[in-house]
Amino acid sequence: MGAAVEGKKVLLKVDQLKQYFPIKGGFFGRTVNHVKAVDDISFHIYQGETLSIVGESGCGKSTTGRAILRLDEPTSGHIHFQGKDLLSLGRKEMRSTRKDLQVIFQDPFASLNPRQTIGQILGEALAIQNVVPKGHRRSRIEELLGHVGLRPEALDRYPHEFSGGQRQRIGIARALAVDPKLIICDEAVSALDVSIQAQVLNLLKTLQRQFELTFLFISHDLGVVRHISDRVMVMYLGKIVEIADKKSIFEQPQHPYTRALLSAIPVPNPVQERERILLTGDVPSPIDPPGGCRFHTRCPFVMDICKTKAPELKRSTQNHQVACHIVS
Amino acid sequence: MKQVDETILEVKNLHTHFFTDEGTSKAVNGISFTLNKGETLGIVGESGSGKSITSLSLLRLIPSPPGKITGGSILFKGEDLLAKTEKQMRAIRGNEISMIFQEPMTSLNPVYSAGEQIAEAIRLHQKLGKKEAWNKAVDMLRLVGIPSPEKRAKQEPHELSGGMRQRVMIAMALACHPEVLIADEPTTALDVTIQAQILELIKTLQKDFGTAVILITHDLGVVYETCDRVAVMYAGKMVEYTLAKEIFTNPKHPYTIGLLNSLPRLDLDQEELTTIPGTVPSPYDMPKGCSFAPRCAHARRICEQAVPDLESIGPDTKVSCWMYTPQWEKEYEAEKKVGVQ
Ligand SMILES: Nc1ncnc2c1ncn2[C@@H]1O[C@H](COP(=O)(O)OP(=O)(O)OP(=O)(O)O)[C@@H](O)[C@H]1O
Ligand code: SF4
Ligand code: SF4
Ligand SMILES: [Mg+2]
Repeated sequence: MGAAVEGKKVLLKVDQLKQYFPIKGGFFGRTVNHVKAVDDISFHIYQGETLSIVGESGCGKSTTGRAILRLDEPTSGHIHFQGKDLLSLGRKEMRSTRKDLQVIFQDPFASLNPRQTIGQILGEALAIQNVVPKGHRRSRIEELLGHVGLRPEALDRYPHEFSGGQRQRIGIARALAVDPKLIICDEAVSALDVSIQAQVLNLLKTLQRQFELTFLFISHDLGVVRHISDRVMVMYLGKIVEIADKKSIFEQPQHPYTRALLSAIPVPNPVQERERILLTGDVPSPIDPPGGCRFHTRCPFVMDICKTKAPELKRSTQNHQVACHIVS
Repeated sequence: MKQVDETILEVKNLHTHFFTDEGTSKAVNGISFTLNKGETLGIVGESGSGKSITSLSLLRLIPSPPGKITGGSILFKGEDLLAKTEKQMRAIRGNEISMIFQEPMTSLNPVYSAGEQIAEAIRLHQKLGKKEAWNKAVDMLRLVGIPSPEKRAKQEPHELSGGMRQRVMIAMALACHPEVLIADEPTTALDVTIQAQILELIKTLQKDFGTAVILITHDLGVVYETCDRVAVMYAGKMVEYTLAKEIFTNPKHPYTIGLLNSLPRLDLDQEELTTIPGTVPSPYDMPKGCSFAPRCAHARRICEQAVPDLESIGPDTKVSCWMYTPQWEKEYEAEKKVGVQ
C-alpha cells in the first residue's frame, strides 16, 4: 500500500482542532469544568493511505474521528477536506459532503437497525445519498454484498441472523454504498475474534486497493495497526505525541510514551526478547491534565523543563514528528 | 518456589451444559487438564469457546437452571469438588481457590469501601477482629502497589480507576493466600501499559505465595509471557495442551496453527493474513465428529464421523486431532479405495 502515498496528495487536513466537553454541576447546571478530550492537534491524511491513530482509552482517538464527521461540533479549529473547510459548511452542504466521509464502528450490531433487512439497510444508505437510480438499487446492493464476501441471499435477512464478523461486513458494505473517499474505522475489528478479524482486515485492504479508499484507522491494538497502516499517529491525553511512517514508529519510536506503549505489548516471539519499560501510575484525568508535558507524571526520562513547558510537535527526521524535550 | 509436578487440581472429562428453550448448549464438552502447584496454566480460545464456563464450573458457580455440570470430576488436592456440599464449597471459594473477573466493577460492591470489602473477605475465612482485618486489608492494598493505601482503602470502587479496581480485586483474591487463583481475562478491559503492570504484579505475587494460576485470555502474547503451560479451547473442547513456549514454535492442532497465522504480529511482516475460513459452530448444533472439521483444510472422512480424543504425542504435549493417530494413514488408504477426494 505504501505506493499509494507516493503521490502525496493531501485529502484531509486538520488544524488546531480542539474538542472540549463541558461538565455541568452545581445548582444551576452551570458548566463547572471541561474535559479536554482533544486539545489543539494538527495533522493531515494523504489520499489513498491508511493513517492510524493509537493510544490508550480516553486519549481522544474517537473524538478526533467524530469531529471530522461533525458528529460532535468541535470547540475550535479547522478541518479541510478537498479544499472545503468542513466546520464552516452549512447543513445542506455538509450532508452532500458526508457521502464522501463514511464510518465503520466497533459494534456493528448497535449501528444496524434490527427491524430492517440487510436489503433495506443498504437501500436506505443508497436512497439518502441518491447516487444510484431506484431501478438499479437491487443489483447495486447485490454487487456490494459481493464486494464484502456475502451471498445475495443475505439481502432478505435481518442483522441478528448474522455472526459478528458478518455484521461487520454489512457495516462495510453500507459505508461503501455511496462511493466514499475517506472511511473512518473506529475500532472496526476490535470486537472480533482473531480468526474473523483477519478475514475483515484482509477485506479492508483489498477494498482499499480496488476503490482507492483512504482510511483513518482508530485502534488500540498495535498488532492490527502495524498490519494495516502506512503512517501512525500516537495520542496521549488529547495531544499528538508522535506521527511517523509505520516503519519508523515501530522500529525507531522516539517519544518515551510510544516506546513504553510498544514495549508493554506482549509479543509471542522467543527471538525478540525486549526490554520492557514499565510505566508507573495511572493515566491522569483529561479534566485536569498535568501542566507542561502531559506525560511527565509517568515519564521515566522526565526533566525539570517538562513540568512547566509543553513540548511542541516538531519534525525530527523527514517523516517523523515528535513532541518531547529530549528529542528536540 | 515451584515444587516439581505436584498436582493441585485435576479436571477429568468435565461437561457443563445449558438447557434452554432453544435446545442444549454444550458449552463445556469434555475437558481434562491438570494444574501443578505454583504453575501458571493459560486457557486460550475465541469468544464462546467455553473458557469462562470452565472456570465458573471449577468453583461450582454455574447459574442453575439453565446450566448444569453434567459429567466429569474436579479433583482439588485429591478430593472431588463435585461431591462437596454447598457449605463446604463456600469454605473453599475465596479461601483455597479464588477468582478474579474481567470487569471488576461487577464483582465489587459499589456501596462499600475497598478496604471494607477486603476485610470482609478476610473475616469470612479467618478468625480476625475488625481492626486486625482492616489492617491486613490495607497491607494487601500496599502489596498490590496501590499508592497511599490507607486513604484508598476508605474509597468506594467508583472513586478508583480501572487499573486500581483490578488491583483491589487481586488484593481481595489473594488476601487468604489461596492455593489456586483463577483469573478470567483479568487485563482485557485495561490499557496495555496498565495491563503490563497488572501481569507483572500477578507474576510477582505468584512467586511470593507459590499460588497456582489459571489465566484465561484470548491474547496469545499474554500467554507467551506469563504462562508455563497452555490449553487451547475450541467449541467447548480442549484441542491442544502443551508448554506455553512450544505452542508458538511448534503448534500441532490445525486450529492452533490457523489461530497463530491469523494474528497480526508486532514482530513479523505479513502482507496478507492467513485466515481460517468459516465460523465457529453453534454450541446448540455441534458437528458429529471433530468440531473443527467444517473449517479444517486437512479434514478426512473420519474427522466428520468421530470425535478425536485428546492424546499425548510427546512428554508435554496432548492434541485432539485424527492426523496424529495411527488411523490417519489407514483412513487415507481407505479413502483412496472408495475414491473420495
Ligand atoms: N446462561 C447461559 N445459557 C445458555 N448458554 C450459555 C449461558 N452461559 C454461557 N452459555 C454458552 O456457553 C458457551 C461458552 O461460553 P463462555 O462464556 O464460557 O465463553 P468464553 O470462552 O468465556 O468466551 P469469551 O471469550 O467471549 O468470554 C457459549 O456458547 C455461551 O453462549
Ligand atoms: S517532554 Fe519530558 S516528560 Fe514529556 S515525554 Fe519528553 S522527556 Fe518525558
Ligand atoms: S481431526 Fe481432522 S478435522 Fe479435526 S483438526 Fe484434525 S485433521 Fe482437522
Ligand atoms: Mg469469557
